[in-house]
Amino acid sequence: MITLKGVEKSFGKQVVLRGVNLTIPTGQLTTIIGPSGEGKSVLLKHIIGLMKPDRGEIWVDGVELSRLTGKALNEVRKRFAMLFQSAALFDSMTVFDNVAFPLREKRLVPEREVPRVVNDMLERVGLTGMGHKFPAELSGGMKKRVGLARALVMGPEIILFDEPTTGLDPLMAKTIHDLIRAMHKVFGFTAVMVSHDIPAIFSISDWVAMLKHGQIIAMAPSHEFPRLSHPDVREFLSVMDGGMSVPVDA
Amino acid sequence: MQPFKTVVIALPGKTGRVSLWVIQEMGRMFLFLLQVGLWALRPPFRPREILKQLHVIGFKTTFVVVLTAIFTGMVLALQGYYSLRKFGAEALLGSAVALSMIRELGPVLASLMVTARSGSAMTAEIGLMRITEQIDALETMAVNPVQYLITPKMLAAILVVPLLVSMFDVVGIWGGYVVGVQLLGASAGSFWSSVESAVEWRDVYGGLLKAVSFGVIVSWVCCYKGFYTQMSAEGLGKATTEAVVLTSVLILVWDYFLTSVLL
Ligand SMILES: Nc1ncnc2c1ncn2[C@@H]1O[C@H](COP(=O)(O)OP(=O)(O)OP(=O)(O)O)[C@@H](O)[C@H]1O
Ligand SMILES: [Mg+2]
Repeated sequence: MITLKGVEKSFGKQVVLRGVNLTIPTGQLTTIIGPSGEGKSVLLKHIIGLMKPDRGEIWVDGVELSRLTGKALNEVRKRFAMLFQSAALFDSMTVFDNVAFPLREKRLVPEREVPRVVNDMLERVGLTGMGHKFPAELSGGMKKRVGLARALVMGPEIILFDEPTTGLDPLMAKTIHDLIRAMHKVFGFTAVMVSHDIPAIFSISDWVAMLKHGQIIAMAPSHEFPRLSHPDVREFLSVMDGGMSVPVDA
Repeated sequence: MQPFKTVVIALPGKTGRVSLWVIQEMGRMFLFLLQVGLWALRPPFRPREILKQLHVIGFKTTFVVVLTAIFTGMVLALQGYYSLRKFGAEALLGSAVALSMIRELGPVLASLMVTARSGSAMTAEIGLMRITEQIDALETMAVNPVQYLITPKMLAAILVVPLLVSMFDVVGIWGGYVVGVQLLGASAGSFWSSVESAVEWRDVYGGLLKAVSFGVIVSWVCCYKGFYTQMSAEGLGKATTEAVVLTSVLILVWDYFLTSVLL
């Protein structure tokens, strides 16, 4: 279980997180939604220890992450994988080497197994035969899928997805959602996803939480979330999917 | 009232702020160097990365080093020849060219060329990795970015700068020979014999010691500036400029101190 308690974060004078309290259940897929620039990516970076909170605590299965450094932090991080919003591919490496990188660094599989595992993963994200390309030669959506492959290939216990489907066409977005869902079923990882893909997220997530004004203002099981009566939730949903969300029961 | 305020309050305030910033920056730079050093001692050692960096820093700088070396040697011979002729000492031309090359111009100019060619590229590469979150991505994969990115660059620079400096020395002396002997008509025999009698091993060692320390300075400052790039495109340009300027200044300052100790 991942628990955030009163997490606060400012950049200079700009306050981004103002006391985030959030519990992410183990083995489930929790999606965080919210307006742009509200700190969703910042929140994910706190969960994996890339950013340290000014105040508050971040617990990952009984370990307080925000005070760890060096080796201890790395030990916890070995359980994580992250898909960055920008994909963050290594642009000096080919697609193949990008996906193989965590396998080789963590020696997860013997070197002769690497091609098979990597190519299998590339096929799953619909990039068969693209292994020799460099990130600069890919479209935004393709980069995202390479980033996804690089995160999934490690078989981590916890995965953070920062907008896995932004910039993809609806068909590819559905493919990626199905892939995430399928991998989740097989490996049972804990997943935290940031997404604007409403209403698709309601069918693939277990939980949905909304971040606004630097706080989690609502969290509910995904089938209940569209019916929440919180005004900010209502406003956000009605704008996001053009009024297609389930109306509040009268 | 206004001048009083400026002199008594604003000026010391600014001086204080700037000094604090300089001290803080220096502290960070030394901690960075310490980290690089410590990570160099720990496995994995990444020989392939070091080899790649040897190619990037060494091979790609060779052309510009050779080019500047030829012209430096040539102009030295030209200036030297006319000065020495006034005293009828053209026979010493070889030693004048060789000693200035080996002791000073080789190490300093070759390192400045490495800074301009490879140092700036290091800052840009690492800085771009910072602003496109590639360094964060390394961290999430439990790979230490200093060890993965910086240590191989610094080791390669320490190995390759002395080689480039040696090349600069040899090519420069040859350039001096071409102008002094072939063009201006000094005697080839006395040119080479004055080189042989004037240059001692300690001149060569001194020059190489400089080269090694300049290799450290170039890779250290340029990597540091890239690693702590501000998260924007302007930040990247600024980091690159600052890296080149600071490295060049440090090379010249350090050269003076080292020379005063070596002499
Ligand atoms: N490293 C940083 N330094 C300074 N400010 C930052 C940094 N990272 C994020 N911010 C600021 O924090 C705020 C939240 O950014 P964040 O990227 O988390 O938004 P977001 O909710 O993910 O938005 P989007 O949906 O557009 O991705 C922004 O105003 C941004 O300017
Ligand atoms: Mg974001």
